[in-house]
Amino acid sequence: MGKVLMKGNEVIAEAAVHAGCKYFFGYPITPQSELVAYMARRLPEVGGLFLQAESEVAAINMVYGAAGTGVRVMTSSSSPGFSLKQEGISYLVGAELPALIVNVMRGGPGLGNIQPAQSDYFQVTKGGGHGDYHTPVLAPSTLQEIIDLTEAAFDIADRYRTPVILLGDGMLGQMMEPVEFKELKEREPEQKEWATTGTRGDGKPRVITSLELNADALEKRNEHLQKKFALIQQNEVRYETYETEDAEYIVTAYGTAARIAMNAINKARKDGLKIGMIRPITLWPFPELPFVETRDRVKGFLSVEMSAGQMVEDVRLAVEGKAPVSFFGRTGGVVPTQEEIYDQIIKLAGGVVV
Amino acid sequence: MTMKTVFEKTAGLTDTQTHYCPGCTHGIIHRMVGEVLEEMGILEDTVGVASVGCSVLSYEYFNCDMTQAAHGRAPAVATGIKRVLPDRFVFTYQGDGDLASIGIAEAVHAAARGENITVIFVNNAIYGMTGGQMAPTTLVGQKTATTPFGRNASIQGLPIRVSEMLSTLDGTAYIERVSSHDVPNILKAKKAIRKAFETQKQGLGFSMVEVLSSCPTNWGLDPNESLDWIKDNMVPAYPLGVYKDVQKGDVR
Ligand SMILES: Cc1ncc(C[n+]2csc(CCOP(=O)(O)OP(=O)(O)O)c2C)c(N)n1
Ligand code: SF4
Repeated sequence: MGKVLMKGNEVIAEAAVHAGCKYFFGYPITPQSELVAYMARRLPEVGGLFLQAESEVAAINMVYGAAGTGVRVMTSSSSPGFSLKQEGISYLVGAELPALIVNVMRGGPGLGNIQPAQSDYFQVTKGGGHGDYHTPVLAPSTLQEIIDLTEAAFDIADRYRTPVILLGDGMLGQMMEPVEFKELKEREPEQKEWATTGTRGDGKPRVITSLELNADALEKRNEHLQKKFALIQQNEVRYETYETEDAEYIVTAYGTAARIAMNAINKARKDGLKIGMIRPITLWPFPELPFVETRDRVKGFLSVEMSAGQMVEDVRLAVEGKAPVSFFGRTGGVVPTQEEIYDQIIKLAGGVVV
Repeated sequence: MTMKTVFEKTAGLTDTQTHYCPGCTHGIIHRMVGEVLEEMGILEDTVGVASVGCSVLSYEYFNCDMTQAAHGRAPAVATGIKRVLPDRFVFTYQGDGDLASIGIAEAVHAAARGENITVIFVNNAIYGMTGGQMAPTTLVGQKTATTPFGRNASIQGLPIRVSEMLSTLDGTAYIERVSSHDVPNILKAKKAIRKAFETQKQGLGFSMVEVLSSCPTNWGLDPNESLDWIKDNMVPAYPLGVYKDVQKGDVR
């Protein structure tokens, strides 16, 4: 298959189809509605099913039901809608059901606007719903990367029996780029022995639940979940570093912010400044290692975000005070420009361009 | 002496002892559902959805695959299951707080879509599990923990008649309201439950049986008084009968 020009939201949808997802339950919200519309058209072609739910709450609970039968299933939304899905995500984690949830973030809080933002970082990485939990969060920064990460997200979901979040923003969702898909192959659906599909002669009824009335037993369940989270932290961390070897300062950013920061870094490098970049791809588990490896020798870190400063907290934890960490962000759907970030880098480097 | 079995536990229920209060008719309704699944020979093809409320643990009682849903969301969860497995039987078991309050949107829309599922709707006019607060189905004048002076229509509004409401939707195929307060009514209730599952078997769309049920604990009545209270107070407010039967073209 050659390259095709596609919109980010549609790339996510097609990538999910390539990953073997045949079931989608969703509700429209800008700036991710193209994903919903694409699935409505595309899934019947591959023998799948698209259903527009009456709300995000219903959609995530339909996902919960479908996930319980063992199939690959997903939903997508944008910030206000993602908030509504938090109830269901907590239940998916509690009942240990795999699913993909896409959040194409927009400006908030409240109804906010429909411009790109990264202000749901806390919500997606720190649990968001009730209870002690985390969900793996994958944050692509190009449309081509969406294709790999969508498949990776489904694999992680199945491997650990957990919901996984694919995190983008309005910019990624709305932009167009040439992308290349592998050939679409028919996949054998995985047999999941825990799935509730009717016992059909295979013995004892199965139960999917997050309820455990006995405190000791619920603590055991929590311990089991925490072990699983630790395993995910061990095995699933993803990040990219760029020219960090000789870097005096390191910019860190994810998703759209990382794309723009990269241009600023390239310009700074041309101007003779030793600037590198750490781009977290998994936001949870947060990639601490590249910070640990560089924190003793760099002069400082700069976290660039389309938020008032959320990821910067994880950066600070990873840096452990071994180097100064500064922050630059725009909020409300304002996308930082390359020039702005460049100016921040100059400021960070002491205002001198060599 | 040879012994003849005259009465047996249904294979539709597990051996787990239920936790329901003495005199609560949740147990009877469970038994009817279990018997219907057994008699229709569909236990192994069924996935049930337990809701939140006193019947939250029903996944331990029904002898089939079960999924536990968040408060009110059972019809959405059932939709997800049924859309993946259209040839399986999917039912939800929901109280009035679950279905008529927090989950009213999910119930209305599953019905409107004509989801080919069966809803067992247990109406005891109160929230049982959380300690007897007002439900959307609480009768006018009825005292509950949150209507200590009796439900006042001008403050708390009027009860929702779910069977009547859902039967106005084109997606519903079979809706009947029955009661669990005496043997003749229990027999009728079981027939209705069977009819609802038959409706699903034929792929006709959304079916629901609303069962008027008792909550002696939170009504503050003994089990017998509770059955009388259903008959004397609930039945007049919630008339029994078939509200919708697409096979008969019967809409009340
Ligand atoms: C989101 C949410 N809100 C509130 C509750 C608390 N809660 C549990 S059961 C219940 C009421 C259930 O009443 P009903 O559905 O009538 O069932 P019953 O207990 O009477 O059988 C409530 C409010 C909950 N579990 N989840
Ligand atoms: S509280 Fe009421 S509804 Fe719940 S088990 Fe007891 S009697 Fe039944």
